[in-house]
Amino acid sequence: MVSGIFTTLLLVIFLGIVVWAFSSKRRKDFDEAAQLPLREDEPIQSEKNNDKGERS
Amino acid sequence: METTASYNDKVVRQFTIMTVVWGIVGMLVGVLIAAQLLWPALNFELPWLTYSRLRPLHTNAVIFAFGGSALFATSYYVVQRTCGVRLLSDKAAAFTFWGWQAVILGAVVTLPLGFTQSKEYAELIWPLDILIAAVWVTYAVVFFGTIVKRKVKHIYVANWFYGAFILTVAVLHIVNSLAIPTSLTQSYPIYSGAVDAMVQWWYGHNAVGFFLTAGFLGMMYYFVPKQAGRPIYSYRLSVVHFWALISTYMWAGPHHLHWTALPEWVQSVGMVFSLILLAPSWGGMINGIMTLSGAWHKLRDDPIIRFLIVSLSFYGMATFEGPMMSIRTVNALSHYTDWTIGHVHSGALGWVAFITIGAIYMLVPRLFNREQMYSIPLINVHFWVSTIGVVLYIASMWIAGVMQGLMWRAVNDDGTLTYSFIESVAATYPYYAVRLVGGILFFAGMLIMAYNVWRTIRPVEPVKAATPSTASA
Repeated sequence: MVSGIFTTLLLVIFLGIVVWAFSSKRRKDFDEAAQLPLREDEPIQSEKNNDKGERS
Repeated sequence: METTASYNDKVVRQFTIMTVVWGIVGMLVGVLIAAQLLWPALNFELPWLTYSRLRPLHTNAVIFAFGGSALFATSYYVVQRTCGVRLLSDKAAAFTFWGWQAVILGAVVTLPLGFTQSKEYAELIWPLDILIAAVWVTYAVVFFGTIVKRKVKHIYVANWFYGAFILTVAVLHIVNSLAIPTSLTQSYPIYSGAVDAMVQWWYGHNAVGFFLTAGFLGMMYYFVPKQAGRPIYSYRLSVVHFWALISTYMWAGPHHLHWTALPEWVQSVGMVFSLILLAPSWGGMINGIMTLSGAWHKLRDDPIIRFLIVSLSFYGMATFEGPMMSIRTVNALSHYTDWTIGHVHSGALGWVAFITIGAIYMLVPRLFNREQMYSIPLINVHFWVSTIGVVLYIASMWIAGVMQGLMWRAVNDDGTLTYSFIESVAATYPYYAVRLVGGILFFAGMLIMAYNVWRTIRPVEPVKAATPSTASA
């Protein structure tokens, strides 16, 4: 019984992740994230130069 | 010289070079024990050269020394680039390098001497286990600490895979190595019987699932898009890939214990989860390969891309074969035969080694400030030599394994066995010879890579010193 509830819960969480990942709201963030390997090969120097994709 | 404004590439360089070195060592030992199966006299009647002692040396060297160094190198490289910051601590990173090399040297000494815990892929004795735990916890601190201080908001998917690999291996290693020492080289596990077996294969299969899969998928998600010059095919698929893969792998271990004293329902759980694993595995493979969609010509022009993409094809083959072999009725035929060895090498050579080789060819010029590798044609030669090697290896082991399984289960009308065990060994000889040829070819490819790497990184002769202005001075 308990393991059944637990298994169902995990399945629901997983389906939630799928829905979240495929929601259209995520598209812009994911498109930006997908560019990360392609950025220039230098550390980000200062907070000032950060564009909005970077941490505040 | 190196300030905090730059990346810590020293530790990446060290691990990259040692990846090449340990790859050669580990595969040389593999070639030797493959030859021993064909010509047993090659152990020279020396105890420390016997198959039983060299086989764990081979597996530890290729998985933890070669594969491990590659994972350290690439994870340190990738986490810095995708977070935009230098590693958390240079000293701690240096400790992981020297500590890991010390563990490997410890393995090289203790395993041939016969000191072992007798747990597959966890053979090392308890003092080395403690050192591994120390190195690994430091590794986790460096890696996650770097993520914490990142300057990019999003944590790139490769780091999720590397992170899962680091965290899980820490838990697996510590739980499976819990033992009570009775001397410096002797200890007894705190588990016994079927529980001990289950803990061991929970560890063992997740060593495959997280060390040899999740970690190298992290590598894939950075180096494939980088070399292709285009973003991953579907980022949302990579997110689903991650969560599906890590939540499924954990439960697949019992398929190593089919038809044993393990309760049958546990075997069934292991089998079902192994079958489910096909979905995320192929999702990841498709995601990687389709990154080249619209740029397939790169496969023809660029031997490095070829290494990366063919590694994904082998990943797809191995992750199709694995679930099939986990079905109890199939396992009844395949288990204990050389089919398993073929399956493992399809994954280890075809997937793990190929993606590592591709990553090394990308890393070396970048780390040593060179335009590109010394010789691109040599990379091409390496690719074909290795590919032929892998195909010979796995095809011969498939045939040998199925043949062994069929011979062992064949019974006469009166219920007696049709074949004695030694007859199946004798029948396997030709396939052992083909496997040896495949192994030698793959090993030769590693030597070609080592030569290419050496020619790329060796100091450039100071020809510039002979320019007219300095010559006249």
